Amino acid sequence: MKHLIILLLSVLSVKQIQAQHAIAILNKVDANINSKTSIIKSDMIIYGRRNSRTITSIGYAEGNSKSFSEYLAPEREKGTKMLKLENNLWIYSPSTDRTIQLSGHMLKQSVMGSDLSYEDMMENRKLTEMYNAKVVGEEIIDGRKTWVLQLNAKVDDASYDSRKVWVDTERYVPLREELYAKSGQLLKKTELKDVKKIDGRWYPTKINYKDMLKDGKGTDFVVLEIKFNAEIPLYIFSKASLKK
Amino acid sequence: MIKFIFKAILRDKNRSLLPVIVVALGVFLTIALSGYLSGMLGDMVEQTARFQTGHVKVMSKAYADNVDQMPNDLALLGIYELHEELNADFPDYKWVNRINFGGIIDAPGENNTSKGQGPAMGMAIELFSKSSGEVARMNLENSLLSGKIPEKSGEALLGYEFANKLGVKVGDELTFMGSTMNGSMAFSVFKVSGTVRFGSSAMDKGTVLIDFTDAQQILDMEDGTGEILGFYKDEIFMQEHAVETKVAFNAKYAIDTDEFAPIMKTLADNSAMGMYLGLVDSVAGMFVFIFILIMSIVLWNTGLIGGLRRYQEFGIRLALGEEKGHIYKTMIYEALLIGIIGSVVGTALGVTVTLLMQTYGIDISGMLKDATMMMPSVLKSKFTPQLLYIGFIPGVIAMVIGNMLAGIGIYKRETATLFKELEV
Repeated sequence: MKHLIILLLSVLSVKQIQAQHAIAILNKVDANINSKTSIIKSDMIIYGRRNSRTITSIGYAEGNSKSFSEYLAPEREKGTKMLKLENNLWIYSPSTDRTIQLSGHMLKQSVMGSDLSYEDMMENRKLTEMYNAKVVGEEIIDGRKTWVLQLNAKVDDASYDSRKVWVDTERYVPLREELYAKSGQLLKKTELKDVKKIDGRWYPTKINYKDMLKDGKGTDFVVLEIKFNAEIPLYIFSKASLKK
Repeated sequence: MIKFIFKAILRDKNRSLLPVIVVALGVFLTIALSGYLSGMLGDMVEQTARFQTGHVKVMSKAYADNVDQMPNDLALLGIYELHEELNADFPDYKWVNRINFGGIIDAPGENNTSKGQGPAMGMAIELFSKSSGEVARMNLENSLLSGKIPEKSGEALLGYEFANKLGVKVGDELTFMGSTMNGSMAFSVFKVSGTVRFGSSAMDKGTVLIDFTDAQQILDMEDGTGEILGFYKDEIFMQEHAVETKVAFNAKYAIDTDEFAPIMKTLADNSAMGMYLGLVDSVAGMFVFIFILIMSIVLWNTGLIGGLRRYQEFGIRLALGEEKGHIYKTMIYEALLIGIIGSVVGTALGVTVTLLMQTYGIDISGMLKDATMMMPSVLKSKFTPQLLYIGFIPGVIAMVIGNMLAGIGIYKRETATLFKELEV
């Protein structure tokens, strides 16, 4: 009996240590990826069956509840703006001079035919706020050693019920992610590459999103410029800035 | 002898009334149910042809592989030339363009708010082209609940339940947001020109109908279309002809390895429609089989009861020297006549009910409130010349078989014991 209790306690302790280790990893990942504010100029390359398109945009974000992005090119998309405040998203179209507010299941729709949904674009909460984690293994990706983390949602409003994340053991940057629905179905895969040290933190500058329910090569998100903790004027996160 | 048997049938009602009623009832049920099922399934097939599949449909090969996803990025291009080719090669068909698209419809409220919003199932048809016949084909004039058919660019028809959900009425503006053929964001403003009851619950709840040229412009599909639908002359689906057309058309593009080369499919290639068409064909055969089986058993039983009732009569006839074969033969003639009388009555009743059902139908719209599949909201029977014999022949055959089985007992009677049996 004494041995059984010791064995049980040992198993529980190992599990607890594993969970603590995973949370520590996620904290370091969050520290790399998240910042108080960020300004990102990026290209979104959407690979279609007939052709590919590149959409350039500039995005401003503050904390995890405010973000604003404006599309700069191509000409057809130029001037289209998106504003996210808390759980609300507004899209402004210059061609019709109309603003549409999206909410609920509408946020699961694809952004401009890409493999990203509005929900994916809006999501910038810390992983530790949304998921419980445990380390489930180790793997080598592109010659780099990674921990494989199993993340299970601890909040009801997480976009994906569970995730599997491969985190670089030295740079604490995810190199691969698999996003799952509650049913266990694999919904999306992301590959994160070109990790660079920017302002003292490691950051992936090329991300390929692949919607597993769609055919094709997925969508590349390429960071052209990024500034962390920059000053962002307050008016940027107001509805008035949509029509400016 | 026929005249003699006919008089006997008329005079001895006990001998003929029950079998006539049984045969008439069986024939009536066969015709009425067969007509009803053919009508119901036929309506579903026709409705699907008008709204979704046409009698034949031309798409790009890549589009056809993912047709359920409405993949307009894989649409057909160069349709002007393709139409010329189709009209030259298959003049028996009317060829029309259709674009199905998805997106979000937003009804703007005050101060940049939305008063209603929902995912839309967009359908673009050749509304402005008089020669396309699309307005009549979709029965839009009769389906209008308010407003009018769009007459100019920027106007749209809305499913009436969708309009109620969005809280919009005729004259209100709507914003559409979706993706162009190239995946760009598509924004457009429409004015509601009218609301429609499509007769399909799924469409009434989420369809926005616009002109084809408007959709081409919004979705960046110049000289392109999602689908080209072909409707055979008189709008009647002829499966064999459709298959011949498909084979001839696809043979021209068989060696084309381009995934955007056109390919033709028939209505029956849609898995659900193929099943329905198969059902329509087999419904009649199924009914005849079940009818003959059940009626033979019932009439065998009726024949046995009749045989027992006429046990004494047959005994006397045998005692008087009539041959067993002759008695058996007269019994079969009698069954034949009763079968004919019952079948005539049953056919007359069945055809009358079918014609009434064809004219008036049964309104089931109340039961389709939560339906998500396309089906007609009024179920109607369909009269076909086949109904004139589908019950008649089995009615006669079942009566004859039943009596043939029951009459076998005549051959088992022993002349030596007849007098004892007859208590003479």
